[in-house]
This record gives sequence, C-alpha cells and structure tokens, in this order.
Amino acid sequence: MMPASARAGVTRGQTRSGRATSLRSPRAKSRGLRLGERLIEGFIVLCGWSSILCMAAIFLFLVREAAPVLTHLDWHEFFTSTRWIPAPAKGNPAHYGALALMVGTLTTTLVAMVVAVPSGLAAAVYLSEFATRRVRETFKVIIELLAAVPSVVWGFLGLMVVGPVVSELTGAPLGTNLLTGGLVLGLMSAPVIVSISEDALRAVPDSYREAALALGASKWDLVKRVLFPAARNGLLAACLLGLGRAVGETMAVLLATGHANQVPHSLVDPVRTLTAAIAAELGEAPRGSEHYRALFLLGVVLLVFTFIINVTADLVIKGIRRKGEST
Amino acid sequence: MSAANPFLPSEWERHKEAVTRRARGVTLAVTLLLSLVVVALFVALLVRAWPALSWSLLWDNPTDKGKTGGLWAPLIGTVWLVGLSVLIVSPIGIAAALYLNEYAPAGPVTRTISLAVTSLAGVPSIVHALFGLGAFVLFAKMGASLQAAACTIAVMNLPVVIAAAREALAAVPRSFREACWNLGGSRWHTLWTVVLPNSLGGILTGVIFAVSRAAGETAPVLFTGAVFFRSIPDAFPARLVPYGLEDPFMALSMHLHVISTQVSQMPPERTFATAVVLVGLVLVINSVAVALRVRLRKHRKW
Repeated sequence: MMPASARAGVTRGQTRSGRATSLRSPRAKSRGLRLGERLIEGFIVLCGWSSILCMAAIFLFLVREAAPVLTHLDWHEFFTSTRWIPAPAKGNPAHYGALALMVGTLTTTLVAMVVAVPSGLAAAVYLSEFATRRVRETFKVIIELLAAVPSVVWGFLGLMVVGPVVSELTGAPLGTNLLTGGLVLGLMSAPVIVSISEDALRAVPDSYREAALALGASKWDLVKRVLFPAARNGLLAACLLGLGRAVGETMAVLLATGHANQVPHSLVDPVRTLTAAIAAELGEAPRGSEHYRALFLLGVVLLVFTFIINVTADLVIKGIRRKGEST
Repeated sequence: MSAANPFLPSEWERHKEAVTRRARGVTLAVTLLLSLVVVALFVALLVRAWPALSWSLLWDNPTDKGKTGGLWAPLIGTVWLVGLSVLIVSPIGIAAALYLNEYAPAGPVTRTISLAVTSLAGVPSIVHALFGLGAFVLFAKMGASLQAAACTIAVMNLPVVIAAAREALAAVPRSFREACWNLGGSRWHTLWTVVLPNSLGGILTGVIFAVSRAAGETAPVLFTGAVFFRSIPDAFPARLVPYGLEDPFMALSMHLHVISTQVSQMPPERTFATAVVLVGLVLVINSVAVALRVRLRKHRKW
C-alpha cells in the first residue's frame, strides 16, 4: 500500500517538472530556476518568523500607543483604586484606577471556572472512559461546532435568554450581572476543557488501565488514582487554556455582565471587566487623549495576563510530551 | 450461602460494580446536563427568531436602523472581510508551516516560534482590536476600512492556519519525501510536487476553520472598519461588490452587537433572527470543513 502511493506521488512530481530535470545533471538546471527557488525559500523563512514578528508587533504597538501616559500615570492608583473616571468634569478630575476592572475580570473568570472545570472534567471522563466510540465521535463533532459559535452570539444569549432566567431565579434586579456573565463564559470555555482533557485522558496508555483493573480497582478508582495522576499535566493545560479563553473573552462579557465599574459584593452584582471596558470606551475616547492611552494600557495588562497563562499551559503540555518520550 | 457457590459475585465485586455504575451515572448526568443547557439555549434562539426568518431577510438591505428590511449589506460585508483576510493569511500561514515542518532545524528557534504561535493564538480578541487600530488604521494610515479590518483578522487567524497546515504537512510520510530526494529533486521541488499536493486537503480544512472563526469575530472589527450603517446599492451586480478596500463596511457580527444593545425599540425577533443567521453562517462553513476532513480520512492512501 505505502510504496505504491509513494510511487504515485513521485511520478506526478517527475512529469510536472520532467523537462527541467530529466536526463540532465542537477547542476545543468537553469540559473533562473535556482534563483526562483532561492526567492521562494527566502519567503518561507520570512513567513516562518511571522508569528514571532506579529507577537512582537502587537506588544510594541500597544506600548507605543500607551507610552505617553506611562510616565505620569499614578501607578499606585492604577492598581489599588477603583475610581475609573476617564471623562473629567469640573470638580471631578480624571482618575485611572483599574482595580474594579481587574476584580471584575477575576470574579467573572472565577465563576466561569467553577462552572466549567468540574463539569468539563466529568464530561471528559465520561466520553473517554464510559462512552461508546460512536457517542464519543458524535460529541467531538458537536463540541467542535460549539467552539465555533461566535462570542457575540454567546453574549446575546446571555443578555436575552440566560439573564432573564437568572434574574427570575435569584430576584436580582438586573439580568446582566456577574453570575450571568460567568455562566455564559463557563459554557463557552467548557468545550475547550472537555476536548483537551479528553485527549489527555485518552493519551494515557491502555496498559495503565489494564494494570489497575487487574489489581481489582473499580472504574472510579481507576479514574481517580491512575488516570487523573497520569494525565495531570494535560488536564491542567486544558483548564489553563479554558481560563485563558475566559480572561480574554470580550463580546460575551460586554453584553452579559452589565456595566458597573465596581467591586461586586454578591454574585448577582453587575460588574465590568478589562475587556468590556476597552470595547465599550474606546469608541468614545478621542484619539491621543489620556483616556485613549489608558485603554491601551489596559490592553497591555490584559496581554501580559493571557501571555503568562498561555505560556504556562504550553510549558505544561511540553512537560508531558517530554515525559512521554522518556518512558 | 455465598461461600457455597464460588460463581456468585463476592461482596467486593458487587461493591465495585455499584461504584462503577455510580461513576458512570454521575459523569453521564453532567455531560447530559451540559448538552441540555446548550441545546435549550439554541432552541430558544431558533424559536424566538422563527417569526422573522424568511429568504428576504437574507436578500434585502436593512432599512430604518435594521428595524425593517433584511441583512444583505452586513452579510456581504462579512463575506468580503472573510475572503480578504483569508487571501492575506493563507500564503503566509502555509509558508510558516512549511518552514516549521520542513526547513527549521529542531532546536531553540523552532521551539520559540511554536511558543509564539500558541501565545498568538491566546491573545484576546480585544487586544487584536487595539493592535489593528494602532498598527493598520493609524500607523499604516489605512484608516477605518475594509483592508485594515481584514489585516487585523488575518493576524488573528495566523496561528489557526499555521497549526492546521503544520499538522497536515506532518501527516505526509517521510518516505514520500525520501523517494523524491533520491530521484534528485531539490527541497523545494519535493515540497511543491510531493508534499503540498498530498497535504492540500488538510490545509484546506484548516483554512476553512479560520474562515468560520473570522466570520463571527466582532471585537477586532469594532474599531478597525466596521460601521453600523452604510447604504449600498440594491441593483444586482453592484450589490455583490458594495464596499471598496478603503471604505468602512457593515459586518454581521457588529450588526448583531449594535441592534441588540444600542437600537431602541428593536423588535426582539429580528435580533434573534440576526443571531440565527450568524450562527447558521458559521456552522455551515464549519460543517464543510468537518465533512471534508471525514472524507479525507476515509480516502487517505497511506
């Protein structure tokens, strides 16, 4: 099977280029052809570096736009005060305290993780250990489709469907609040968590399962004492990637968390996150104003947060891979 | 009694059975609960959108702030946005995957690039919006336009295309390449005539996933070129190319955002219908990719 198809692939190669290379030594190839190849390979190398270039450019341009405000910003206030007053009025000077926004991001993410991590892990365990092959394949496709649903639609569902239900059940005056936003974010992160943890569980060699079952372990003991420890890094990475998605999510929280720049005191208080603040205010902030620069600074903070989370997740995944190779 | 019959399950075995059943039940229940909630949400979406759904919704241009008319102008704007961004990102992403998979020496360089790809994939969409505003709209002086938004979306989709193309390239067996090298083919020659044709399907799948992601993005186009309203011609050929590269444009995702938050007295079934059209668009594109992948796996020759 393999040699035949390999031959087919190569024959195609020969016929297409036959005139240029056949019956002549490679050295006799025209100079132009070689120059063309050089150019193409140069382009490939350049593109190879594109992701590094993009990452660096994103960081540079964000810092560039935020730069003028960096020198005279009250950093202590930025990290410890909740007074975010970007449009100064008479007797009401501008303040840029981003604490409430950071707390908003943190709390919505926390609610989302409380929803998504246990349910995501349980679903992954079911799909990987109990479900039949057909059920598993079906769910994988559904999960993939779910992950593709645009965030603005999730936000819209939060605003119009989840919100009213939440306010009905809890008696909260507003449907758009911390709980609604967290629930929607949790539902959005769950597919990511299910999909990656299921992969991690299935990557555990069957010999581990057989050994545990042969020793008389129940299926639950197998999951708890063998699979979870063995797939620990993969599961952690899954949760971290879900976390990264929740922290960086914009449209869903913009629509579903309500807009209140405050530290929430209860689960049904409206909050505002870093992402929502940027999305909601950037349109109104005059270009080059202090407010505009401060929003870019929020972007830098957000970028640093998510960068740390994603790099950690990546290192954790690499960690498993190395361990897998050595054993 | 049970000691008399050695074939009856022992107490421990019965206990094990019960524990397993319970674990299975609990995880199944959670899985079903998650699915039920999601299904309920989308059923609610469809039910409440139902009265407003019709073919003319797709074909007519919006009038009176979207309260009447259809969704053609934002729909065609999204199509152009996605098409342009894919044209930009595909060559770069595929070439980057070629570099990573075929040229780059294994070592710190490749590791750094892979790390950059994963961290780029994790950059929040609103940060991409800020980047697009700073880099394309202001620095490159494109203004808030279709081209600036397409570039922003292209950067956002770069890691998606790279990851998918890399996977497709890695799936081509090494023996294919060796056969071509042994016949005197150069590196690029081998790639062009052997590796790329054999991985084309997988790469295409990745690009289609990128397309579906681009179609739903809202935050990155908010400040880089999408506007809430632009009147475009109703006449047939002209309505297909309503926006120039330097024009601001309407996009479906942005349209949904604005009509659901900023237009007062918007009939709710129309916002639901807009959401259904957006989800439908994304799911149709995605299903094409999934179907393509299933077909490829079935027809793979090696």
